[in-house]
Amino acid sequence: MSDRASQTTAQAKRPIQLFRNLSAKIASVPMILTALVVFVGGTAWTVTHSFTSSRLLPKLDFVGFDQYERLWNTRRWMISIENLAIYGICSLILTLLIGFTLAALLDRKIRFENTFRTIFLYPFALSFVVTGLAWQWILNPDFGLQEVVRGWGWESFAFDPLNNSEIVIFGILIAGIWQGSGLIMCIMLAGLRGIDEDIWKAARVDGIGTVKTYVRIIIPMMRPVFITALVLIASGIIKLYDLVVAQTNGGPGISSEVPAKYVIEYMFRAQNLGQGFAASTMMLVSVIVILIPWAYLEFGGRKRG
Amino acid sequence: MIVKLTTKLMAASAMVAAPALHAAELEVTHWWTSGGEAAAVAKLAEAWEAAGNTWIDGAIAGSGGTARPIIISRIIGGDPMAATQLNHGRQAEELIEAGLLTDLTEVAEANNWAEIINPPSLLEACTFEGRVYCAPLNIHSAQWLWLSHGAYEKAGLEVPSDWNEFVASAPALEEAGLLPLAMGQQGWQQNIAFGTITIGIAGVDNWLAVNRDKNVDVASGPEYTAVFEAVAAARDLASESNVQDWNLATNLVITDQAGGQIMGDWAQGEFQVAGEVAGTDYSCLPGLGLNAVLDTGGDAFYFPVIDDEETRAAQLEMAAMLVSPEVQVNFNLAKGSLPVRGDVDLSAANDCMQKGLEILASGEGILPSGDMNLSADTQTQVEDLMAEFWSSDLSAADAQARYVDIIASAD
Repeated sequence: MSDRASQTTAQAKRPIQLFRNLSAKIASVPMILTALVVFVGGTAWTVTHSFTSSRLLPKLDFVGFDQYERLWNTRRWMISIENLAIYGICSLILTLLIGFTLAALLDRKIRFENTFRTIFLYPFALSFVVTGLAWQWILNPDFGLQEVVRGWGWESFAFDPLNNSEIVIFGILIAGIWQGSGLIMCIMLAGLRGIDEDIWKAARVDGIGTVKTYVRIIIPMMRPVFITALVLIASGIIKLYDLVVAQTNGGPGISSEVPAKYVIEYMFRAQNLGQGFAASTMMLVSVIVILIPWAYLEFGGRKRG
Repeated sequence: MIVKLTTKLMAASAMVAAPALHAAELEVTHWWTSGGEAAAVAKLAEAWEAAGNTWIDGAIAGSGGTARPIIISRIIGGDPMAATQLNHGRQAEELIEAGLLTDLTEVAEANNWAEIINPPSLLEACTFEGRVYCAPLNIHSAQWLWLSHGAYEKAGLEVPSDWNEFVASAPALEEAGLLPLAMGQQGWQQNIAFGTITIGIAGVDNWLAVNRDKNVDVASGPEYTAVFEAVAAARDLASESNVQDWNLATNLVITDQAGGQIMGDWAQGEFQVAGEVAGTDYSCLPGLGLNAVLDTGGDAFYFPVIDDEETRAAQLEMAAMLVSPEVQVNFNLAKGSLPVRGDVDLSAANDCMQKGLEILASGEGILPSGDMNLSADTQTQVEDLMAEFWSSDLSAADAQARYVDIIASAD
C-alpha cells in the first residue's frame, strides 16, 4: 500500500528524501532509539563521569583528568595494556592463519570432512569459563601436559606457563586460539566454497601452483570474508575477561591482568566508579583509534558502486 | 481495567498481609555459605523465628568480594533487602550519606550498646556523624600465625614461639623437605601477611600512623624498610607454595607439609573440621608472638531503609536481637569468632579462642581493622601491590616506594 503510494508521489513530483521508504524508516525507529539512548547515551554518561571523583555512587564532582593521570601511573593498568597488546596481536595473526589453513585443507575435498569440521568447531561451543578451566587443568604442572610428557620418559620436560609470570599470557593465548579458531575456519570455509570452480580450472590451465593460487588469487577474492573474520576476532580480543578470570584470575601476582578486569574490579571491588569509568573510556578510545583509520580507508577513501 | 486489576491485587495483598501484623518477614542477605558459617547463620534464624517472625534466607555464594557488589547494587537499585551482612568499616559510608540505611540509634541507646560493646571501636565503626547505623555481630582478627606441630617434629625442632624463631627455623624445615610458610597466591591473603608482619615488626604505633593517619614519613621511614625486608624474606620462605585459596594453604599446615601460615582466625574452622586439637596438633600465635595484638574486623548487620513502619520496627527488633547475650554466645561458638560483648560466658571455646578472648578482655592490643581505616579503593591498590610483590622479584625498596605513593594518595 505504502509502496504504491510512494510510487504515485514519485510520479507526481520529486520524492521528498525524508519520506522515501517511510515504513522501513518507521520500523527502524526503535533500534535507532536504542542505539542513541543505550549506546551513545550510556557512553556519554560514562565518559562524563570518568572526569568526576565518583566512588561508590555516581556524583558530578568534577576533578579534571585526575582519574586518567592516576590510571596511567598504575602499574597494574600498564601490565593489563601490555598483556592485551601481546594477546591481541598474536591472537589476530594466529587465529587467521590457523583458521585459513584448516579451511584450505578441508577444502581439498578430503574424506570425513564433516567429522573434522565438527571436531574443529566443537571448542567454540564451550564458554570461555569452561575453556579457561579446562586449560587450567591441562597446563597444571602436576596433572596436565607436563606430567604426561614426563611420564613418557622425557624427565626434564618443563612446560608450566600459568605459574610463570613472564609467559603466563601465552598460556591464556593457547586457550583463546583453541576456542576461537574453529569458528574462523568455518567462515573461511564458507568463503572458499563461494569461489567459482572455474577460477581453479583457469589457474590450472595456466599452470599456476596450488599455494600460489591461494595466495595470489583466492585470498584477494575473499576480502569480505577476511573482514568479517577480523571484526569477530577483534571484538573477542577487546572483551577478553572471563577466560582470564577462569584460567588464572590475573595471577601469578598481577601478571596476567587485562583491561576489562581492571574496569570491573575498580568499579565494584574497589568501589571507585570514576577510576573504572576512566579505564573503560580508555578502552573505548583505543578501539576508536584503530577503527577510524580503518573505516576511513574501507568506506571513505575509495567509494565503490 | 488496569485500575480495577490493581485494586484487586491490592486487596488480595492486603488480605495476605493482614495476619502478618505481628510476625514480621525479613529477607536477610549474607555470604556465609561454608559448613561452619551456615551452622552459625542457622542460630540467628532460630533465634529470630523463636520470637514468632520469619527469616527469609538470602545467602549469596562466593566470598565478600562477590556478594558485596550484589548487595550494594540491590540497595542502590531500589530493591533493598530488609537486613544484610557487611564488614563494618568504610564499606557502607556512602550508602549512609545517601540516606539508604536505617538509623539504629534508638535501639543502641535503649540497649546501652555504648557500655556493653567491647572493644568500643566496633560501635565507632558503625557510627556516622553521631548516629548508629549497624549492629556489630562478631569479631574476626587477621593477625595469627598457625603452626603445625607435626612438621616441626619431622624436622626435629621445637615449635617456635614467635616470628623470629619461625624464620630462624626455616632452613631446617627446608632441609627436611618441608615448606616453611604456606601462602595462597591471592592479593588479599598476601596483604594480610603484610599487615601482620608490619604490626609484629614495626609495632602498633607505626602501623596506626600509616593506616589511620596516612603518615607518609613513617611509611617511607626505616621501620617500614625493615618491614618490607622482612616481607621479602617471608616471600622466599613461601616461594614453593603455589596454592591459590586460603583453605588449601591451611590444609598444607594441617597435613604437616608446611611449617606455618599467616591467616585470620577463620582458619581455625579448618583445623576443627580436620579434627585437630589446639595445643597438641597445632598452635596459634596472635600477633606473630611478637606483639599480642589483634585487629577487630568482623561482621555487622545493616538495615536498608524500607518505606514501611512495620518493617522498620522489625528491623530494630532484629538489631537488638543480634547483640543480645544468647545470640552472641550461640552464634560465635558455631562460627569460631569472638563475641562483641565482654559480659558473656564462652568457657566452651578452645585454646586459640581463649587467647583471643584474653587479649580482648585485657583491653590492650586492640586495633581497628584495615577495613575501618582504609577505603576499599586504597585497600585494592595495596592488595594489587602485594600480589605483585609476593609473586615477582620486585625489590623491597621499590615496593616500599610504591606503597608510599598509595598511602600519599589515600583518602
